[in-house]
Amino acid sequence: MENTEPLIFERSSPGRHGYSLPESDVPAVAGGDTIPAHWQRDSLPLPEASELDVVRHFTRLSQRNYSIEHGFYPLGSCTMKYNPKVNDATAGLPGFSFIHPDQPESTIQGALALMHNLSQALMKITGYANCSLQPAAGAHGELCGVLMIRAHHVKQGNPRRKMIIPDSAHGTNPATAAMCGYTAIEVPSNTQGTVDMDALAALLDEDVAGLMLTVPNTLGLFEQDIVEICRMAHEVGALVYCDGANMNALLGTVQPAALGLDVLHLNLHKTFTTPHGGGGPGAGAICVNETLEPYLPVPLVSEDDGVYAWDYDRPDSIGRIHSFYGNFLNQVRAYTYICTLGLEGIKRAGEYAVLNANYLKERLRDAYALRYDRTCMHEVVFAGLKEKAEGVRTLDVAKRMIDYGFHPSTVYFPLIVPEALMIEPTETENKDTLDTFIAALLAIAEEAQSEPDKLKDAPVSAPVRRLDETTAARRPNLRWQPPE
Amino acid sequence: MNIPDELCYTKEHEWARMEDDLCVIGITDFAQGELGDIVYVELPQPGTHVDMMGEFGVVESVKTASDLFSPLAGEIVEVNDELTDNPELVNDSPYEEGWMIKLRPSNLDEDWPTLLDAAGYEAVLAESGAH
Repeated sequence: MENTEPLIFERSSPGRHGYSLPESDVPAVAGGDTIPAHWQRDSLPLPEASELDVVRHFTRLSQRNYSIEHGFYPLGSCTMKYNPKVNDATAGLPGFSFIHPDQPESTIQGALALMHNLSQALMKITGYANCSLQPAAGAHGELCGVLMIRAHHVKQGNPRRKMIIPDSAHGTNPATAAMCGYTAIEVPSNTQGTVDMDALAALLDEDVAGLMLTVPNTLGLFEQDIVEICRMAHEVGALVYCDGANMNALLGTVQPAALGLDVLHLNLHKTFTTPHGGGGPGAGAICVNETLEPYLPVPLVSEDDGVYAWDYDRPDSIGRIHSFYGNFLNQVRAYTYICTLGLEGIKRAGEYAVLNANYLKERLRDAYALRYDRTCMHEVVFAGLKEKAEGVRTLDVAKRMIDYGFHPSTVYFPLIVPEALMIEPTETENKDTLDTFIAALLAIAEEAQSEPDKLKDAPVSAPVRRLDETTAARRPNLRWQPPE
Repeated sequence: MNIPDELCYTKEHEWARMEDDLCVIGITDFAQGELGDIVYVELPQPGTHVDMMGEFGVVESVKTASDLFSPLAGEIVEVNDELTDNPELVNDSPYEEGWMIKLRPSNLDEDWPTLLDAAGYEAVLAESGAH
């Protein structure tokens, strides 16, 4: 394979095209009459190429893409599990894929039934009272959740001002709090990697609107004080938001609602096998207990004697947060996944995810440093190489993974772990794959001592070598320019 | 690691130096090393007032973005425009060419003694396990 793929603009040749179109039978309108002069352009230098040129260009680019269908993708905090093909088969059914959101309810009963059933299944898995499928991603679910918390406090007469967030949180949490008008207050982690209870107690007062917690947290550790945390929050009238990015660890074993968490988002594109990462769009779902139920976005799907309908009659709702009803076809995929596994299978998926992560942790612990040496949940965070090698950083370890045929794991997150290397295997990898990955990581740790340049020069097998991220950020070259 | 004796410091890794009646402010050698290659520095408009330990800007590196905190309260009278096109000056020369703002302190007599001296800052680094 040649090593560089020219831009489609560079493949362009004047006059080359895919199809010859017949002359238009719509009368031409002079642009000058309809479009203001300052919006008119003299030229539109789009690439000119034949259909085959275009097909080859994009096929070659697609072959450069690394996906879960190429190999192991241990990106921590992202749950890169396999997306079963049966999901696409159901999502492609004409009754789902060829309908319009403005169709009369009577003609889309099947789609409405699916949304209703998916909501019911998610409520059963999480233990919540109700659920909206509208959010388009995790951060969108967060926004929706915190808007509901705010609506609740406004209804009580005071929106309050503060949102407490652990120092291990996803960066989207404080961003969400700020978007909703709250001041993010950081609570530190203790030496066990979980919330420092004394620090939390000192921060809680009646100006706190809520807490945003990730369970298990971003270190892959279960917050064993979670029930007490929720009790303390509720005592001052604060509500607790659960970032459900790590729900894969709890599937079928823990119902977040039972822990006292008031609202939870689910990433259908992580936990429930809808496409993730460039293949999206994402799909969130936001689940709430009775306290927040009145504030869910409209519309929900209601069911009366086997007939489904849009329910807009929810006076305290925060309103719409997505056009129409969310990313519907991914709701179809998530529902297919749940039906394929059944609730018992869902539970086993969660258990295997945790087992796989702990297997990696134990097999790698002699070569990579464990900052919190505890049983982990669905992912494991190392603090880089155990035996530090001169000039070798976690980034170099990650780049070297590419040469061994793996997607690099997440690095430098969570921020509280120096040289963090975060691995999430998910349940869809078998032991052979995990063993191959373990062998690679052990080999890389050895190379760090014996041949550190192999890490510093990595990757050598990818289409491009180490990219100059600094120059790319300082002097970005954002688009193609025609040659002078 | 370079921690000049003649400067004062904050726990958030800013340094401060009085030049006549103005205070020059930047980030420490340790901070630039931790951030890695700096790619963008967002600075305020001159004339802006800032509280002691109030945010006056943001520094962005390849790895992360971090708020900048003012060691003193006062009015910002000048910012280092060179950093717009050459943010790498913060990496190359954190205490000289990489300075960020000049500020006219509004409460110098009370604020200044609260800052750390070089030994105090070094102790902060040691405590955080960074040194």
